[in-house]
Amino acid sequence: MVGAAPVRHKSTGAHPGAEVTAGHDVRRYPGFLPVTILCLIVLYAPLIVVMVYSFNDSPSITIWGGFSLRWYEDVFFGLEAGKFKDAAWNSLSIAAMAATASTVIATSAAVGMVRGGAFRGKSASFALLSLPIMVPEIVTAVATLIFFSAIGFTLGFASILVAHVVFCIPFAYLPISARLQGIEGVYEEAARDLYASRAEAFRHVLLPLMAPGILSGFLLAFIISLDDFIITNFVKGAGVETLPTAIFGAVKQGIKPNIMALSTLMLAVSVVFVTVSWLVGRSGTKPGG
Amino acid sequence: MKRERDPRGARAGGSAAGPPAIELRGVVKRYGSVTAIREASLEIGDNEFFTLLGPSGCGKTTLLRMIAGFEDVTEGAIFLYGEEIEGLPPNRRPVNTVFQQYALFPHMTVAENVAFGMQRLKRPAAETEARTRRMLDMVELGGFSERKPHQLSGGQQQRVALARAMAPGPKVLLLDEPLSALDLKLRQAMRVELKQLQEEAGITFVFVTHDQEEALTMSDRITVMSAGGIQQVGTPHEIYEKPRNRFVADFIGETNLLDVTVEEVSGGGRCLCRLANGARLECEAPGAPRQGAAVCISIRPERLSIVMPGGDSLAKPGGGARAPRTVFPDSPAKPGGGDSLTGVIRRIVYLGTDTQYLVGLEGGSGITVRTRNADHAALGLGPGDRAALNVDEGAARLLVD
Repeated sequence: MVGAAPVRHKSTGAHPGAEVTAGHDVRRYPGFLPVTILCLIVLYAPLIVVMVYSFNDSPSITIWGGFSLRWYEDVFFGLEAGKFKDAAWNSLSIAAMAATASTVIATSAAVGMVRGGAFRGKSASFALLSLPIMVPEIVTAVATLIFFSAIGFTLGFASILVAHVVFCIPFAYLPISARLQGIEGVYEEAARDLYASRAEAFRHVLLPLMAPGILSGFLLAFIISLDDFIITNFVKGAGVETLPTAIFGAVKQGIKPNIMALSTLMLAVSVVFVTVSWLVGRSGTKPGG
Repeated sequence: MKRERDPRGARAGGSAAGPPAIELRGVVKRYGSVTAIREASLEIGDNEFFTLLGPSGCGKTTLLRMIAGFEDVTEGAIFLYGEEIEGLPPNRRPVNTVFQQYALFPHMTVAENVAFGMQRLKRPAAETEARTRRMLDMVELGGFSERKPHQLSGGQQQRVALARAMAPGPKVLLLDEPLSALDLKLRQAMRVELKQLQEEAGITFVFVTHDQEEALTMSDRITVMSAGGIQQVGTPHEIYEKPRNRFVADFIGETNLLDVTVEEVSGGGRCLCRLANGARLECEAPGAPRQGAAVCISIRPERLSIVMPGGDSLAKPGGGARAPRTVFPDSPAKPGGGDSLTGVIRRIVYLGTDTQYLVGLEGGSGITVRTRNADHAALGLGPGDRAALNVDEGAARLLVD
């Protein structure tokens, strides 16, 4: 496949060596530039518009009226500030708790799946673990709501938390199990050989080696929870809002620039988390040392 | 292949008093329907440098892992200084392992790695620290204690692995091909060091390797394994000079394997054998060969020499002390009356210290002869020349299968 890569650049042929390099260079593939630019615009132009207009001095969302931080001020101290603060607190505390709980569960699951040897129903377990990612979210949302009402679970903060823990598990599981698969079993054997009990081998050797994967999983789960709208909206009950549901509620009454400021803040939090997650993952790509 | 066991060879060499360091009693390992170890019985003596030698997949690593406790035993029992250890988890067995890929904990410093075992044993901190320093000095890595494993070269990592395994003071040290990841020069240097270390520390080493040279140079005794079975147990000298069967003869060093028929069983563990071309050879014969049986004999190339037709034997190292004899000048049933082990030189390979002659015997089969270059520098033989071969006294050995 690599050898068949088209070489269509005019200057090739002069240097046989350069020709090979050019064939492997993705930038010289036909149509690279227009496709790239199109993708970048579709993906990021709306985000950039929101970010730029969050600093707009004008109350219009389309007309630029000079630079100002007034909408950020409005988010924190304006009429809706109390509502946003409650929502932000709910979002962050739910995300922290859900990510923690799902990370613990996902870590146990990964150790069982990767280190547990062959057991009956292993493939089925893996399918069940990753299924929540495939199931349409709206289906999960409806099903969860029906289930909660069927068992008489009062909708509110707790119901959101439980739902979030559940759908965060597969997202936390993926980086953790990927990391664990990269750690050779011989490290645990070495620890056991050096008089460590099972628990000590896990605590002193496996856990530190898994740490980058666990942190990645935690951060991913945190972001997924922070960001969730559909399931949250179904199971939140009356009076309890998270940031996404609060923003959605506010937008229904018309888009005000303070929503752009709030969205930009959420985006900033996400970017920080994803960056940290990436850096952590990169720092420990070689568990073998 | 039949299982071969040598009850005499299985005795721990030299350890008269006390139980052996390790005793395997009828150990069998099966994975489902696959048998990895077919009943192994062994005694490994106190302070012995004991090597499990065999090609990959022969079960040597499985055996080591069963001693370490990473694999359970399907049948039989393992004793450590007389106490049965089967059923104990690895952390309850006073043996430590040097792993093939070292398995140093990458998130710990060199010193933390070495101290790990002692910390798990809850040794006093001061003692642990002092011993860690002593172990690192022993492997000449005193200045590296705060480095991480990935900052060390392969040879240094190997030493850390050794120091880590020896630090808790195990009764037996298990080494799983510890030198195979090193380059040749380093490997040769480490052989000497390992042997020295074992003698100084005075503990039993059980060493696994597929490298016969490694096994021969370091071991007190060697167990040759193949296809899950023990083929022979003995000192390097016994293994090399007196291979019991075809596998051992072929696996250790270079040898000529010739198909022969037992013609006459003489007393004193000897017999007269007839080669395919009618030549006769007196052979060392362990066990009791049956007359008329088709068997295989082994002759090491360096124990053959070339005789110029009608002339003296080419000088052999120590040839004066061990009078070489021409093959059957006195054999009564010799066909044609000439030298029976004669042939035509097919190829000559110069090997530096030695020269190797590939000689085509009458009757088709080829035989390799190896002579020291210093002994026959002036020998003017070339391919196509006829040559008669001398066989050293006792060099031809009948193999069991």
